[in-house]
Amino acid sequence: MTARPRTMPLRVAAAIPLSPTLKAFTLIPADGGLVPPSGPGAHLRLNLPVPGRMLKNAYSLISNPADRSHLAIIVRRVAGSKGGSAFLHEEVEDGDVIEAGLPANLFPVVRTARRHLMVSGGIGLTPFLAYIAAFEAAGTPWELHHFCRPDERGVFEGLLARYPAARVHLHCDVDLGVLDEALLRQPLGTHFYTCGPALLMDTVMERAAALGWPRARLHSESFGGAAEGGEPFIAVLRRSGLEVAVGADTSLLAAIEAAGVEAPCLCRGGACGQCLIEVAEGIPEHRDHFLDGEERASNRLIMTCVSRSRTARLVLDL
Amino acid sequence: MTIQFKPDETFRDEFRYANSDAAVLRFPFPFPEDAYMYSVNIEPHVPGGATPAFDNPFDVDEHYVAECRERARVLEQDPSRCKVLPHMMAAQWDTLELIMESLATSYPAHFTLTREGISWTWENRPLGIRDSFTFGDASTLPLPPFEYITRQAQGDFTLQDQRDDNLFIDAGMVTTQADWSLDFDVGMSFHQWHGPVPLAHQKGVFDRALKFLLRLQYGAPVRRLNWTMTVNPRLDTSPENYPQWGPDRTTLTAENIGQKLHLRVELQSLFRLPRSNAILFGIRCYLCSIEDLARVELWGKRLHRVLRDLHPEIADYKGTTRFREMAVAYLAPFDDGADLPVGTAPRQDTLPPTALPLGR
Repeated sequence: MTARPRTMPLRVAAAIPLSPTLKAFTLIPADGGLVPPSGPGAHLRLNLPVPGRMLKNAYSLISNPADRSHLAIIVRRVAGSKGGSAFLHEEVEDGDVIEAGLPANLFPVVRTARRHLMVSGGIGLTPFLAYIAAFEAAGTPWELHHFCRPDERGVFEGLLARYPAARVHLHCDVDLGVLDEALLRQPLGTHFYTCGPALLMDTVMERAAALGWPRARLHSESFGGAAEGGEPFIAVLRRSGLEVAVGADTSLLAAIEAAGVEAPCLCRGGACGQCLIEVAEGIPEHRDHFLDGEERASNRLIMTCVSRSRTARLVLDL
Repeated sequence: MTIQFKPDETFRDEFRYANSDAAVLRFPFPFPEDAYMYSVNIEPHVPGGATPAFDNPFDVDEHYVAECRERARVLEQDPSRCKVLPHMMAAQWDTLELIMESLATSYPAHFTLTREGISWTWENRPLGIRDSFTFGDASTLPLPPFEYITRQAQGDFTLQDQRDDNLFIDAGMVTTQADWSLDFDVGMSFHQWHGPVPLAHQKGVFDRALKFLLRLQYGAPVRRLNWTMTVNPRLDTSPENYPQWGPDRTTLTAENIGQKLHLRVELQSLFRLPRSNAILFGIRCYLCSIEDLARVELWGKRLHRVLRDLHPEIADYKGTTRFREMAVAYLAPFDDGADLPVGTAPRQDTLPPTALPLGR
């Protein structure tokens, strides 16, 4: 019994350039009906068929979560990336159909918060557009500080134009010291969120902590928890004598299954320990939550559902 | 599929409750092996399993109407069995949507959900309910959304809010529980509400389960089975009502234990909710007398072995100490000691009128 990640076909209803490097996409169900429900902070994983491989890139949803007529994202074209953003900017047009995963949320709002303070940089504004729509609908107090390049100020002003000017603060300078006043005057019960370049997030998190904010009130976006795939490697199944190529986008367990070998498994999420297999040669890259430190260090065990290999070949007792 | 409901059943006083042969054969028997120990026995909650009880996200069976009425009776006597903290409103609507969509899809003969944007109409024919309301506007429903929909579902439900890398039990509808109190636990963190469980903490079961659940994804629910034993087919074995059911344990005799002692299985399901990012925990309770269970040859033998060899601390925690030996003695004649296959499927399509003793 297995649960494969579900995907859904979405049609591009509108692809609108906002600036030379920013493009907004409105997506609707290709088969009609409503888009799946989502919450503020959720992201969408798009399957992007670039030459030679399938990229699975995650983009924050900017659409109002209460509105299930469509989903919307903004994509920044990144120079020197694997090609996903270039593909979306150059190849994808109105009417095209893209396969997408169900919305997932690794950056949810804290429901017990009495007030929300957000700090974003550049394209990092995107999850906060969904946050703000939800806060406005619920009447929860919020405050946003957004840092951007001067040439993009107009774009971001446009995206935020509908909201009260007193809540929105745009900054085109790089001096994060302007945040101190905002960080110091928040009432008890405020939660702080940041999204943007890693340097910005790290700096403002440290600054907030230095000013006395408890760590439990500070939140930053990270797609790290959703990481799948990695470097390809060869799994040698010693008992069945098979060599299985594990591709960059496939899990070790899925590759073993595709080769027709029945492997133990249960949760497929690195927790239950059912898929544990002995490693005869090679060094596993552990990504599970099951093995303890000693077991990891021994390099003799691997959980095939989430873990991979640090070596080009991994010999398994299977 | 049309289900033949048994609306006159009761789960207290005179205990008018019985499983049809079909209901016995679809029981979610929890022991795949001859020995039982705690583990993170979580698997994807996808349609299909050892019996038809696993065919739908929320299982409805012949006891549905009677169980909903029992829930209403418990709530009338003790409204504290349903509690929702104020920050859980988004999760309430998530729950209502998930259960309505699932029931209407799984059992179209009994439930219908009609949607025009946010104008919804819900029809529950077995309970004679038809309500039109505005999704997202609690003032348009006769009850708050979570209470409204969980009064129309079998089994208990809790809502876990996720924050601080932890889960907090911040809402629940708990009227068919195996001796735990929502009123006591509400607001607790994951390790706090699991505090009383023996052995499992030391084995790291809860650390791993929490890490796994924090990463539970929308659209990929999971399930596990848990079990205990209950004297009489009583759903409400709550700490609040202990004076009513605690003494039941002293009423067992070698003659009546087959009919009075029930294996109580919880089909527990966990759903990530899309808007709130909370987790809905369903605790669907099934009761079957050990006399009926023994009519399935594999189950009778296996239950005998599991009870006979149960770890004393688990036996104690599950409240079986007083009657375990008597139950083992009752089941022993049905166990010839033969090797049993791993798994829980009944491996027979019909039941003999009574379990047949097997000579060793």
